[in-house]
Amino acid sequence: MSGGVDSAVAAARAVDAGHEVIGVHLALSRMPGTLRTGSRGCCTIEDSMDAQRAANKLGIPYYVWDFSERFKLDVVDDFVAEYQAGRTPNPCMRCNERIKFAALLERGLSLGFDAVCTGHYASIYNDEQGNLELHRSLAMAKDQSYVLGVLNAEQLAHSMFPLGATASKDLIRKEAAERGLTVANKPDSYDICFIPEGDTREWLRDFIPTEPGKIVDTEGNQLGEHDGHVGFTIGQRKGLKIGTPAKDGKPRYVLEIRPKTKEVVVGPESALQISDLFGARYTWCGKAPEKPEAYFECDVQVRAHGDTVPALAAIVDGAMHVELVEPLYGVAAGQTAVVYLGTRVLGQMTIDSTRSKVPASA
Amino acid sequence: MSVFLDHASTTALRPSAKKALTEALDLLGNPSSVHSQGRSTRELLEASRDTVAKAVGANRSEIIFNSGGTEGNNHAIKGIYWSQNQTGAKKTVIISSETEHHAVIDPVQWLAKNQGAEVHFVKHFANGMVDFESLKALISKHGPSVALITLMWVNNETGVITDIPRVVQMASEFQIPVHTDAVAALGHIPIDFQASGLTAMSLSGHKVGAPIGIGALVVARSAKPISLVHGGGQERALRSGTMNYPLAASFAAAATDATAELKEEMNRLTVLRDEVEARVTQLVPSAIVTASGADRAGYNAHFIFPGTQSDALLFLLDQEGVCVSAGSACQAGVLGPSHVAIGMGFDQAQASACVRVTLGFTTTADDTAAFIRALAKIHPIALQAAPA
Repeated sequence: MSGGVDSAVAAARAVDAGHEVIGVHLALSRMPGTLRTGSRGCCTIEDSMDAQRAANKLGIPYYVWDFSERFKLDVVDDFVAEYQAGRTPNPCMRCNERIKFAALLERGLSLGFDAVCTGHYASIYNDEQGNLELHRSLAMAKDQSYVLGVLNAEQLAHSMFPLGATASKDLIRKEAAERGLTVANKPDSYDICFIPEGDTREWLRDFIPTEPGKIVDTEGNQLGEHDGHVGFTIGQRKGLKIGTPAKDGKPRYVLEIRPKTKEVVVGPESALQISDLFGARYTWCGKAPEKPEAYFECDVQVRAHGDTVPALAAIVDGAMHVELVEPLYGVAAGQTAVVYLGTRVLGQMTIDSTRSKVPASA
Repeated sequence: MSVFLDHASTTALRPSAKKALTEALDLLGNPSSVHSQGRSTRELLEASRDTVAKAVGANRSEIIFNSGGTEGNNHAIKGIYWSQNQTGAKKTVIISSETEHHAVIDPVQWLAKNQGAEVHFVKHFANGMVDFESLKALISKHGPSVALITLMWVNNETGVITDIPRVVQMASEFQIPVHTDAVAALGHIPIDFQASGLTAMSLSGHKVGAPIGIGALVVARSAKPISLVHGGGQERALRSGTMNYPLAASFAAAATDATAELKEEMNRLTVLRDEVEARVTQLVPSAIVTASGADRAGYNAHFIFPGTQSDALLFLLDQEGVCVSAGSACQAGVLGPSHVAIGMGFDQAQASACVRVTLGFTTTADDTAAFIRALAKIHPIALQAAPA
């Protein structure tokens, strides 16, 4: 229970369903703030107290479990390392993969519990053979199946998402108010929980030393200099400070970050139109396809709240290849591509590399 | 109803304290008022002061009522430090211990961080007792620069007793004022403030059966710590604010009972405590009784269960209806490793596997038996529990 409205209602529904429920608040920082600030929705003492009030209202025991060390190692350090390597990670997915549905679940199971129940907007259904499937939530605007795409069949078997069949967050807030939960009108959280000011790049500067390097075009010609690659994001146009214009007079965009050579590669907008995604780190969410080597039709989503695009996917030489039917703009290595069959999450991969629809050098 | 074996955190309201409180709540009158009703509540307040003074061997003028232990510790430590330095003297050294309660460590560290205090900690033996040689060495080395020594009389986690009169005697060579946090001592060991030679001593009501929110700082007549709270000049001008006679009356009643029953009650609880320790070590041979062999108060059993984590043990015991505690939890509710165990020389893993069982005036043999039964059931699960 984060102290937000979603987990409070999820807990309430689990209690109503007759389960024996305890509320657990994850302490993810050794130095929690006192009061909530900005758009952070968890991890302060105020949030912990909000969660406790909700648990008391539901008549369930409440405990704070300290996962701060695991969170630092598995999520925060990984986040920094990914950026350092020129990739764009999703820490919420790492947290689900390694903390909520791994360390927490493992601890819960070892203490005699059956499942982790959270306020994520997603649904788990049985298929005709009784296999568990993860699906999008009915409330499409709040759907969080993307960040749960890392769950495997075993994790799904020990997960409960009681909010998945509710049509909107407003209904959840209404229900929370009817239940007398004080968090009913608590603001939504948006940003990364451990970056209180919401400015990722500014936050990263404390962890990653800034090393100056070259700004080059796709042929390797130097166009300018930068004072650290961490300041750049794929698709960025402003602030490149390149003196000479491109031959065609069109603006240039960041296409690639090469930490090893400290180079930031820029090129035309057309080169940001990504047509192919490749990733060796992939998992299946529930039952794997019977013939993953054969290309199959699917939809792909590469951002937590991004659109999906139709695609063909297959496992080729041990890595997932996704061929996008319509190109996606500015996809960065390190992002997660979640593969859907209709509303069902089939699996996911961490993107290692991409291919442009129009080669930059063309 | 669950079994409550966490009396060092707070204990049950004594019937005498409840009666004194409810009777006083029917009165009307500010004790500072000059009219008849003010005089009557003032009389109740002053009678309560007499009673508390008698319970701890102090002069009535030495009892400064306040909100409890944390306030008393802050007032004594900051107030004495400031008064020692107000004439431009450079008395910047504070001698304390790493096994103190946070209500002592934090004001000491605040002075270090914000006002240039230099903090030195005494050493402890493995059983938690103060190594007086280390105290002697610190006094010899820093004597004239020492603003104060603050060492607790009874440790709130382990129950280990520090020989406070001996500390005062050692400090007297350089006329160093000594403060003690006696919150865990009151009602558990005999306290004689005047005989001890202390400069100041913190007391808390709710640890002896008064409600939470009342306590006293006992301040020697000769001392004048700078006040934290300025205003109407109540309580020897050391603690301004309208005087809380209902809670003072309740505290007086609880303190009277606790000290009157002390000898008999401590004998009773020591027998129970020793039995708990014997049965725990029989049940879990690897369990460590941290303060084994130390001089200690009789109500306190402090264990380390190697291979487990405190929060899993506490969670499982709670599920079995047994309330005990571990190290101090932070405000968010996270149980950290016990800083007391660390201060005694245990490692992080051991200090994260502590359980404190504390007995009180309502504790019976049924309660301790319930704890042993629950421990027998949950200890194997705690050993298997995945770490957080």
